[in-house]
Order: sequence, then C-alpha cells, then structure tokens
Amino acid sequence: MKKTLKGLYLVLIVIFLYLPIATLMVLSFNSGKSMNAWTGFSLEWYVEMFQSRQIMEALENTLTIAFWAATAATVIGVAACIGLNAMREKSRAVLMGLNNIPLLNADIVTGISLMLSFLLFGISLNYGTVLFAHITFCIPYVILSVVPKFRQLENHTYEAALDLGASPVYAFFKVVLPDIMPGITSGFLLSFTMSVDDFVITHFTRGAGINTLSTLIYSQVKVGIRPTLYALSTVIFVTVLIILITVNIISNKKEDKKK
Amino acid sequence: MTKKIFSGPFLIFILCGTLVPLGVIAFYGFTDRSGAFTLDNITAISTSEHWQALMLALGLALISTVICLVIAFPLGLILKDSKLSKKGFMVFIFILPMWMNFLLRTMAWQVLLERNGIINQGLGFFGIPALNIINTPAAVVLGMVYDYLPFMVLPIYNALIKIDKNVIEAAYDLGASHAQVLGKVIIPLTVPGIVSGVTMVFVPSLTTFAVSNMLGGGKVNLIGNIIEQEFTASSNWNLGAGLSLVMMIFIVISMAFIEKFDRNGEGSVI
Repeated sequence: MKKTLKGLYLVLIVIFLYLPIATLMVLSFNSGKSMNAWTGFSLEWYVEMFQSRQIMEALENTLTIAFWAATAATVIGVAACIGLNAMREKSRAVLMGLNNIPLLNADIVTGISLMLSFLLFGISLNYGTVLFAHITFCIPYVILSVVPKFRQLENHTYEAALDLGASPVYAFFKVVLPDIMPGITSGFLLSFTMSVDDFVITHFTRGAGINTLSTLIYSQVKVGIRPTLYALSTVIFVTVLIILITVNIISNKKEDKKK
Repeated sequence: MTKKIFSGPFLIFILCGTLVPLGVIAFYGFTDRSGAFTLDNITAISTSEHWQALMLALGLALISTVICLVIAFPLGLILKDSKLSKKGFMVFIFILPMWMNFLLRTMAWQVLLERNGIINQGLGFFGIPALNIINTPAAVVLGMVYDYLPFMVLPIYNALIKIDKNVIEAAYDLGASHAQVLGKVIIPLTVPGIVSGVTMVFVPSLTTFAVSNMLGGGKVNLIGNIIEQEFTASSNWNLGAGLSLVMMIFIVISMAFIEKFDRNGEGSVI
C-alpha cells in the first residue's frame, strides 16, 4: 500500500515535469499552425527548420556560446581552485562569498548590471558581451563543483610525487587532475546546460541582430511561436536523451565488469 | 606561494563581471538622466503601480516556494530510499527537462491550460469542472513551480542522501517514533539543503518577467515586468536601475531571514 502510494507520487511528478515536453513534441508533428487542434501528421516543420537561416544561426550561437563559456569557465574555475587551495582560510572564505554573488543574484539584476556596464564603458553589445556574461555566471558553478574535490584530495600523494622527482606541473596532471576530474566534468556540463537554458541574461546583454534560441523564442511569444521551434527543441531534446542513455549504459557496463 | 596567482583570472571576472556592474547599477539607480544625484528612482517604488507589483511578486514567489518545498521534501524522501537514485535517475528526471528550452516549456502550459486544452478535457472526462486559470496569477504560480521545482528537489535530495543511516537507526533504537525521527533527526539535518532550495526558488520567482508575461497574458504585472519594461519599452534606465536596487534589498532581507534557519551557515548551493 505504502509502496504504491510512493510510486504513484513519483509518477505524478514525472507527468507534471514531462507533460509540457510531450505536448511540444506532439505539436511539432502537427500539420498546420494550430496549437490546440490536431490536424494531421506532417514533417513540414522539420523541413522548414533546416531551411530557416534564422533558426540555424540562433542554434549555432546558442551552442558556440555555451561551449566557449563552459570551456573558459572550467579553465578559469579550476585554476581558481588551485589558487584558493593555497590560500589562508580567511581569504578563501571571502572569495567563496564573492563567488556566490552571481548564483544568488537575480538573473535580471545580473543582466541589467552587465548591460549598463558595457554601455557605460562604451562597449557595444554583441556576441562577445553575451559570451562574457555567460562566462561570468558559469564560473561559480565550476568552482562549487571542483572545490569539494580539492577538499577530499590527499595532499600527501601530490607531495610524494614531488619527492619522487616529478615536476609540479607533471605531478598536477598525473596525480591531482585525475582525482578532481569528476568535479571538472560536472562543472563543465552544468555550465553548458545553464548557458543553453539561459534567457534573461542573454536578453539584456545581446546586441540587436544576435539571437540565441531563447531570445528567438521570446521574440515570437507575442506573435505566436512557429512550430519550427518545437521541431528544433524536439531534435535537441531527443539528441540529449540518447546521449545520456548511451553514457549511462556504458558506465553501467563498466561497473559490471569491475564486479 | 605562487599558486595563488592561478586565481587571477577568477578575480578579474569577479571584479569586472560582478562587482563593477553592481556598482554601475547603483550609480544609475542614484542618478537621473543628466547624471545628478537623486533618490527619485528609489522612492518611485512607493507609487501604487510599483508597490502593487512588488507585493504581488513577493506573494506569488512565497506561494510558489512553499508549494515547491511541500512537493520536493516527500519526493526527496521517496527517492532516497528507492533503488532508482543510484542509477542517475535524479539527473535524468530533473536535469533533462532543462534541455527543452524553458520558454517553450512554459508556453506549453498555455496550450495545456486553455479552456478546451488537454487538462480541461481530462477533467471533463472525470466530470470535474473545468479550470479557468490561464492568464491569472494561479497560472503564473503554476509556471513558477514547474520551472523552478528542480532547484528545490536537487539540494534537498543531496542533503538527504548525505545523512548517515546509522544516525537514523540509532534514533529508532532509542525508541523514537517515525514522526520523531523525521522531526528531530531528518529535517534538522536537511536544513542546509532546504535553505539553498528555498533561495534558488524564491529569488527567480520574485524577479521573473518571462513567466508572468507568458502565463499571465499581460494581466499579471510583477516587479520584474516593470523593471524589464523600463529597459526595453520606456527606456528609463535610471528608474529601472533604482527599482532593481529596491528589489535587491527585498531579496537580501528575505535571504537574511532564510539564512537564520541555517545553523551551520554552510548552505551548499548545488
């Protein structure tokens, strides 16, 4: 009885989370532009999507910004953790506090404050300003993912490597890096996801003519979103789903082999 | 010694990406168009239109946060004990939706909630009267809960799985009832997770303009909508910046209030 209730609760939450997603997927195969009525199966939106330069550009911007922002944030964040690790407790605490500001700050404030700063210092809004803004809000995710790994680190192994004649750089890549790798990976993936899903900060820091998927969608909210965007989102979603399932199966197999 | 240098780029980003911009927004908030000092942009919050938007935003954010908490805590408990949690199920269920753009997911609720939408057809099938919540504050709350629920679930879940099983068993061995174990052991140990969950739901709900725009049909004006309009439609940046400062003050007050519950002061954000 108790188990059924628990199961039911889980199912209800999953339905709540995925009902809108399923709706969008179904509508992407709908012929006609109606959002309410099913007027027949069609792939026309998928065809139109690949032909639309506007959409393809927005997709490219979204992915390249996410990739470079996540990469830069990962490099800067990991380097920061090396430095933080060498600092005294007090200065580290101050920096970690500062690191939390972009996370706790409202997106709209982050976006507006960056926009005003760019304009005040005569930097015109473009691809670069969006990228800078994304790096800024991604770094905290990397640091929060990597710092705990540094705490768990056995400092002795690094020192042992040095004693055995490894250079600090070699010891870092051979001894420290493998141990903190899970943190780095999750920081990178988290940053990438956050960057792709961001709307508010991009909305304020982008210049005219530059669209990511989010801003492109928002610009169509009032006039009615074209189903091509549903089609694109379905493609992205299914791709990510397949990647996640594959990764999961591979890692499960690896674990089984270990046993 | 020299290792500290590696923090350099990070410090530059904190300075240029966070601290300077906050200074700039304060500068705009306290000046008028000609650059002269003024408090008008701050006191503008007291006009009834702005004040109502702020109060509505606070109210809806509070309701959404409470609903998220009420949904997420039992969910965390269930997932903690289930075998699913080991297989990356959590990531699957709660991170995966983020890969469908959040604006589109929110828009989908418009379709679902419509008078003749799927939900009302389903309710009608069971003979339940139709819900007419689209373009009302209730729809906005639903959108907020939907969009930000993962941010409540993940920190609570992370706090729950960190609890040492021996502690719980010890409590049972010492004669505690289920309710006592929950109230005196599990909940207190989950407080850091709850605190970061509450913050991560409350702040975006309080400041959103996209959700209220899409599900409120232009009839639900939150403080975020007012600020956004100052920057896009009416382009009175000074007023927008001033109202943002006021909004930040309310966020800081709320967070100070929330943090009081976090005894260890170690609310892990992720």
